[in-house]
Amino acid sequence: MSEQKKELVVVALENGTVIDHIPSDKLFKVVSILGLDKSEKQITIGNNLTSKKSGVKGIIKISDKYFKADEIDKIALVAPNAVLNIIKDYKVVEKQTIGLPEEIHDIIKCVNPKCITNNQPVPTRFEVVDKKNIVVKCHYCESMIGQNEIEIK
Amino acid sequence: MNSKSLVSITDYSKDKILKILDAAADFEANPNRDLLKGKVVATLFFEPSTRTRLSFETAINRLGGRVIGFSDAANTSTSKGETLHDTIRMVSNYVDLIVMRHPLDGAARYASEVGSVPIINAGDGSNQHPTQTLLDLYSIKKTQGRLENLNIYMVGDLKYGRTVHSLLMAMSHFKPNFTFIAPDELKMPEQYKVFCDKNGIPYKEQRELVGIENADILYMTRVQRERFQDLLEYERVKNVYKLKNAMLDGTKDNLRVLHPLPRVNEIDVDVDSNPKAYYFDQARNGVFVRQAVICDSLGLI
Repeated sequence: MSEQKKELVVVALENGTVIDHIPSDKLFKVVSILGLDKSEKQITIGNNLTSKKSGVKGIIKISDKYFKADEIDKIALVAPNAVLNIIKDYKVVEKQTIGLPEEIHDIIKCVNPKCITNNQPVPTRFEVVDKKNIVVKCHYCESMIGQNEIEIK
Repeated sequence: MNSKSLVSITDYSKDKILKILDAAADFEANPNRDLLKGKVVATLFFEPSTRTRLSFETAINRLGGRVIGFSDAANTSTSKGETLHDTIRMVSNYVDLIVMRHPLDGAARYASEVGSVPIINAGDGSNQHPTQTLLDLYSIKKTQGRLENLNIYMVGDLKYGRTVHSLLMAMSHFKPNFTFIAPDELKMPEQYKVFCDKNGIPYKEQRELVGIENADILYMTRVQRERFQDLLEYERVKNVYKLKNAMLDGTKDNLRVLHPLPRVNEIDVDVDSNPKAYYFDQARNGVFVRQAVICDSLGLI
């Protein structure tokens, strides 16, 4: 009975992408960054699922959708340990990890209240100056922002 | 960004810095030249800064150019809610070059991306003020005869002072030896010390304004009361970092005291008559440096 329940919660995917190991508190950020709230594909979202690695996790399954690298790299800031499973004909044909891009456009909010991007309709732009420790620099006001200070718009 | 803009001192290579300083020396020898004849330059000062604006406008006038602009955003469409984007797009239609001062950090970089003419940053919030740095470099070169291998002592507010940060970055091309003198609250930020370490630039830090016998340049900055949470600490600190004439006894003959101005009380007026006091001449150098930057931005030198 419990086995059957599990299957009902996580529907198998014929073709598409499974984004696994998303921190539970970042799941809906990931949904919004990837624009899945506006997608017309079939999407299954699970959250607060038990994970062997990290306590609880979120998972997103999207039918008939494959992401380009620059699309998926956007979530690196909130879910750097997420894994993409590429599904074709019910089988995982590829696993992808996520890398930080060189530049991040209009995802992060600048921490500096006096930055032009916080006061006028200017999209934010950050250069990644340290990929290992995740340090980004505002292209406009030149403020350096560390991983713990990063705030998603 | 159009490549002729000057937003941050790091936009200029070492060669470019040296080219500007050489051109500034030419303008000092011969300041009145009609290189801007028939050109119009806008000075858009979204916040007042009389010294900087007059310096730029003097530079433009000495070059025979014409100036339009405003000295305070209060009487412009900015007060009606016009965005910087729209103001810059509009003014770009009228002029050959824009000199801009803006209270927001990053405004100059953004303007350089939306404008169709070069932008010269005359200060964007607490971020950058590159012509100040260039006039500091010009003053150092002029008084010392060189930029390489100098002992540069920076004093006062090293945490928030954008002039010291830009000067540090610019001097990094010239093998400096830094001494940072500041109270704990206003110490040089970690990122600049990391920058020095990475570039093999020696520096030492101290809290007291003593032991300046080896200094070639003493770069003073204003310690502002509003930077302190503890006002008692401010009262203690403001006197510790006050330079008095007697403190210059025993210093090197070539030592020069620089200050970006305005000075409040960090340099006693009794220093003014000392030949080592250079801060008023330093401000004068700003006109020549700005002449050079303007001509470079318009491809005239």
